[in-house]
Amino acid sequence: MLQKEGQVRIPAGCAISGIFHKDGTRETGERIIASIRPMHDRSNGLGGGFAGYGIYPEYADYYAFHVFYDTPEAKAACEKEIEHHFDIVDLSKIPTRRHPRITDEPMIWRYFVTPLHTKLTSSQLDEREFTSRFVIRINHTLDGAYIFSSGKNMGVFKASGFPEDVGEYYMLENYEAYSWTCHGRYPTNTPGWWGGAHPFALLSTTVVHNGEISSYDANRRFIEMFGYSCDLLTDTEVITYIVDYLGRKLGLTYREIANVIAAPFWSTIEKQAPTECERLTYLRNAFASLLVTGPFSILVGYTGGLMALNDRLKLRSMVVGEKGDTVYIASEECAIRAIEPTLDRIWAPRGGEPVIVNLHDGGKQ
Amino acid sequence: MTTAHANLTYYKELNEQLRQIDDTEITIENAVGQRYLGCGSSGKTLTIHGTPGNGLGQYLNGSTIEVFGNAQEAVGDTMNDGDIIIHGSAGDVCGYGMRGGRIFIQGDCGYRGGIHMKAYQDHFPVVVIGGRAGSFLGEYQAGGLILVLGIGQDGAFPAGNFCGTGMHGGKIVLRCDQAPAGLPRQVLVNEASPEEAASFAPYIDDFCRLFGGDAAALKAQKYYVLSPNPEAGYHQLYTYES
Repeated sequence: MLQKEGQVRIPAGCAISGIFHKDGTRETGERIIASIRPMHDRSNGLGGGFAGYGIYPEYADYYAFHVFYDTPEAKAACEKEIEHHFDIVDLSKIPTRRHPRITDEPMIWRYFVTPLHTKLTSSQLDEREFTSRFVIRINHTLDGAYIFSSGKNMGVFKASGFPEDVGEYYMLENYEAYSWTCHGRYPTNTPGWWGGAHPFALLSTTVVHNGEISSYDANRRFIEMFGYSCDLLTDTEVITYIVDYLGRKLGLTYREIANVIAAPFWSTIEKQAPTECERLTYLRNAFASLLVTGPFSILVGYTGGLMALNDRLKLRSMVVGEKGDTVYIASEECAIRAIEPTLDRIWAPRGGEPVIVNLHDGGKQ
Repeated sequence: MTTAHANLTYYKELNEQLRQIDDTEITIENAVGQRYLGCGSSGKTLTIHGTPGNGLGQYLNGSTIEVFGNAQEAVGDTMNDGDIIIHGSAGDVCGYGMRGGRIFIQGDCGYRGGIHMKAYQDHFPVVVIGGRAGSFLGEYQAGGLILVLGIGQDGAFPAGNFCGTGMHGGKIVLRCDQAPAGLPRQVLVNEASPEEAASFAPYIDDFCRLFGGDAAALKAQKYYVLSPNPEAGYHQLYTYES
């Protein structure tokens, strides 16, 4: 029996790591696994996961659904739903290798889909809204089925276990991405389970998070007014929906999103030049309920880019390294040095100061 | 001198190896995030190449640790005595709760440097930061000295927001051209008097001896001293006082 938020408390850190190639070069998942390994003790084996962007070029125009099923019945029911709304161009089990430390796995399937034209037209929604509503509905209503990845030309791979083991389990050496993020979990308030591992994803937005959000319930109550449903039993999920809401639905830039979720203190805002002060005041007032408090360092992955952000008090560590066109971001410098001993530059961003990197040609590969 | 190669050795194993070494001079090559190096030790000289992990020199009790590279979080946490010398930058919460010994950082330090530092009897903790410090520098400082040289800052205030919040002892000395504004009410700001300048000058000499630089030129510049404001202190205690 899964225990929900509030029913169990496991005291503890977490580890995050990311690699981003601004020139669009793609690399296998081997180095991101090597990067998270030295931070082993920031996790406790109750969750690890990866997001890779650019991994499905042959299906770049199709949504890639990665789904956990607890039972064959859940699989049958979910597939019926998918078929009812989408054209499935390919489906398969996600390849895994037996791993001594990854056990109790659910059934893990992958579908490349595109919305059925008639369904999409009659819904009067744009394609992304149509797809995101479908994903939220399945995750909220269909017991035993979790669509944990739903973007185009990207994918999330996660499990209960240490991240380096999870990477080996999913055979990430067989995928090539221009952007990788990774997470090692040390659950604080919530149970360790496959769906609760990071990254959290909706469409192509993914979030990995080291920290613990004290504003979770305030954020959840607000975001659920806009059709989102927090079903995955952990705080990071809500950050994913906030980024999707502010970015995809309202059209805020990633910098503006950072200024909302890690809004500076009023005393800091007052010190800014008048136009900046006005801008920050507007964002903080307009989206007061989306201020995320408590310690966090997050990596937000999206198509063509990556944002790193610390909470405004900087209650978690994070460093950024650069070498040529490659950017490395991790909770600890050792995670970067383990895969790139020589860097052109390394620094620790300030609290609430986003680091945003994009592919050179405006997000297209 | 004995050399240990860290590479990906698990921190417990590496620290165990180090404790078995009788030699007082130890060099660690290629540290990759191993935690608690030199923790609690006395009478040793540790030279570390690479990136030592969190909690470097915690509870240090007299050893000297020299790092060629950057250090991560919680350097010298609660250290009692000894020197930690970092040829690079340090992460967050360096010198947390330290009550003796010295930490010299050639570059910058992260958030919460020297928070809860305290002097104790003949112990006097000192943190010297070559570049700039992050926010919450010296928060709740109770004793000792934090000296920020602001090298490469062009005379700008070399710390972040909320510097010295809640401080009630010790001193923070900042090299900058103008008196810092907007500091918390618990903090008094004064330009360093000649006597005060003389009291921290030896640490500038030591800094330049360790990392190079012109000590005389540095000492000739303007310094501001942050000290606790007795008028804004914590008068009301939870305990009963007759």
